[in-house]
Amino acid sequence: MHLHKFEKIWLIFGMGSLALFLVIIGFAAFWKGTHPQSHIEIIDPENVEAHDSFKPENLGLREVAEGKYIVNIVASAFNYDFGTDADGKPVKKIRVPKGSTVLFQITTKDVVHGFQVAGTNVNMMVEPGHVSRLETEMKNVGEFTVVCNEYCGIGHHQMFATVEVYE
Amino acid sequence: MMNQLKIAKKDARLYMSFMYVTFAALLVGGLMGLLQTLARSGKFTLPFGINYYTILTVHGVILGLVLTTFFIIGFQFALMGKTVGISDKQRKTGWWSFWLMLAGTVMAAITILVGQANVLYTFYAPLRAHPAFYIGLALVIVGSWVAVFTNFHQLYVWKKANKGQKSPLLAFMVVINMAMWFIASLGVAASVLIQFIPWSLGYAETINVLLSRTLFWYFGHPLVYFWLLPAYMAWYAIIPKIIGGKLFSDSLARMSFILLLMFSIPVGFHHQLTEPGIDPTWKFIQVVLTFMVVIPTLMTAFSIFATFETTGRRKGHKGLFGWFKHLPWKDVRFLAPFIGMVAFIPGGAGGIVNASHQMNSLIHNTIWVTGHFHLTVATTVILTYFGIAYWLVPHLTGRRLTPRLNKLGIIQAIIWTVGMTIMSTAMHIQGLLGGPRRSNFSTYAGGDQVQTWIGYQAAQAIGGTILFIGIVLMIYIFIQLAFFAPRGVEEFPIAEEEVDADPTPKVLENWYLWIGITIALILFAYTIPVFDILKHSPPGSVPFDWPIGRP
Ligand code: HEM
Ligand SMILES: [Cu+2]
Ligand SMILES: [Cu+2]
Repeated sequence: MHLHKFEKIWLIFGMGSLALFLVIIGFAAFWKGTHPQSHIEIIDPENVEAHDSFKPENLGLREVAEGKYIVNIVASAFNYDFGTDADGKPVKKIRVPKGSTVLFQITTKDVVHGFQVAGTNVNMMVEPGHVSRLETEMKNVGEFTVVCNEYCGIGHHQMFATVEVYE
Repeated sequence: MMNQLKIAKKDARLYMSFMYVTFAALLVGGLMGLLQTLARSGKFTLPFGINYYTILTVHGVILGLVLTTFFIIGFQFALMGKTVGISDKQRKTGWWSFWLMLAGTVMAAITILVGQANVLYTFYAPLRAHPAFYIGLALVIVGSWVAVFTNFHQLYVWKKANKGQKSPLLAFMVVINMAMWFIASLGVAASVLIQFIPWSLGYAETINVLLSRTLFWYFGHPLVYFWLLPAYMAWYAIIPKIIGGKLFSDSLARMSFILLLMFSIPVGFHHQLTEPGIDPTWKFIQVVLTFMVVIPTLMTAFSIFATFETTGRRKGHKGLFGWFKHLPWKDVRFLAPFIGMVAFIPGGAGGIVNASHQMNSLIHNTIWVTGHFHLTVATTVILTYFGIAYWLVPHLTGRRLTPRLNKLGIIQAIIWTVGMTIMSTAMHIQGLLGGPRRSNFSTYAGGDQVQTWIGYQAAQAIGGTILFIGIVLMIYIFIQLAFFAPRGVEEFPIAEEEVDADPTPKVLENWYLWIGITIALILFAYTIPVFDILKHSPPGSVPFDWPIGRP
């Protein structure tokens, strides 16, 4: 097949940039370890309490070391269960200091949900039978809305929480 | 491509039936789109207690699945009839495909409208719609397969009668698109027939959610190429004729279609990058395969602009860009698809962001994604379809695109462009700020962050309103072209090759080779991960009816 001269240049330029993109993405993924979440860890969606992290008393925010936190959450239509506070009321907001490292662990009891801390890279699908995990450093101060970003039913837009990062 | 066949009245009736459904779908779906943007502005509540997600399901199914599939199959039938001919028997199976698809559409539509299928057009398990919804979808797919095999047969018959000749370019392209559609839709068909229907009827207690999503996206990405390829057909082989030029290169056009066939299917994981149950290495491999479509896309861009330039220079326009000024800007058959091509530049760039392993996590499931496909599908593809309809409909009905209708068409294309620019820009920005897609109006916790989203939702309502005006105008033009425009002859523009064009290599028509490579790539990209998904599968999910408002 005959290729025109300009076309050859155009395709070489195009494929060159393509190769460059892929090297950047591959470098970030395999050397810097910024793969998207993929733990392939399974759980029984009808009995999530059998997993230590999702026992009612272990839900919500916990400091595990200086500046290191774990947050366990059970999603269900249309609620994020962060456990209860000292008065027995459901927690809807968690607070962490700036610069802390937070590991989010979440699963669902029913349908598929999303978990996004809006304005950050914390964004995962939450699927029945799987545990979703993502660790991140909270670098910016502010109030971030947690939204369910996968359609989960007619109350989908009422499913949210708040993460506050303070100075 | 020398021998253009005449389209008989009875054939035209078949092709037009698909067009009627297309434009009816445009009106209904567009109205839903308008209501969505109004509802999301927070200033308007849907009347009669209609649920937001009911209309969103109607919008997605009617525009994403029904309008596109009917237009494509009707247009492709017309292309086949024009280039290789259609026999009585093939016309009969053509009608079968039409009625099957229509029956399925009506069945699914009724189920949605009575509120029994608020599951959106992706119908993710374990949300469970009424079985009639899944059966309706299955009928649409089966109906489209009847069209697939009719088209295959049309080319086969032609080949036998014209031994040793290369197939007409447009017939070749139609067959590529249908081969891709068939291979891809086997995925959803398997999921609907083996997983969803027995489970929704209560014969199977549970469903493997991750497997169903994987099968869906195995189909869901090629689906967008199924929409795009007919637009490419027009860009490669029809637009050159409209601007008074020749086909740029027959071989190049065929090569790029073959590459699109190979690289459109084994890439569904780029929709599943943030899912927990898929191995990251396989996600990366599919990201790499996704990016390969950059090559045929650049080939297409080159070829189109080369045609523009060659044609202009041949007409004697000088200077680096002199030819550009002299393109037929006042011809809507050119202008509408041209705007579509321009929209594809930001649209394609956004697609690269979406498919990138890490950038995806910023925009996944935000309304950025909705902005992206309103640029690509609802602008690039749809404007090209409109551009086609401006000559195809009068050609089929024996009428003319009058100067007045041409002018209205130009106004229509401009209204669409303005509306979509406003709406999709607002969606892109709101998405970058974290605003979720597929959400009714909500102030969430009422924080400052949410306040910034709501302003963009108001902008979307403005864009949506302008767009809806464009839709009403388009429907008016369609009705004129179909029933009222003056009788006459409208050209079916098909570009010819240059007289001294290089012969097209025979290998480009080796179907066994290209379909073989496609299947090999699919097996490479999917076998191990699917095996993994089955091996590490959690207990299945029981159905959930109440979250979508079913008792
Ligand atoms: C009047 C013109 C249109 C308007 C105002 C409009 C508006 C919208 C809006 C606001 C959404 C997002 C809703 C949400 O995420 O909650 C949406 C989704 C969508 N639109 Fe459109 N749209 C229009 C035309 C089109 C066209 C022509 C197509 C396709 C050919 C299309 C296909 C879709 C699809 C597939 C979705 C996704 C539905 C989903 O996420 O379930 N739209 N549209
Ligand atoms: Cu949810
Ligand atoms: Cu949700």
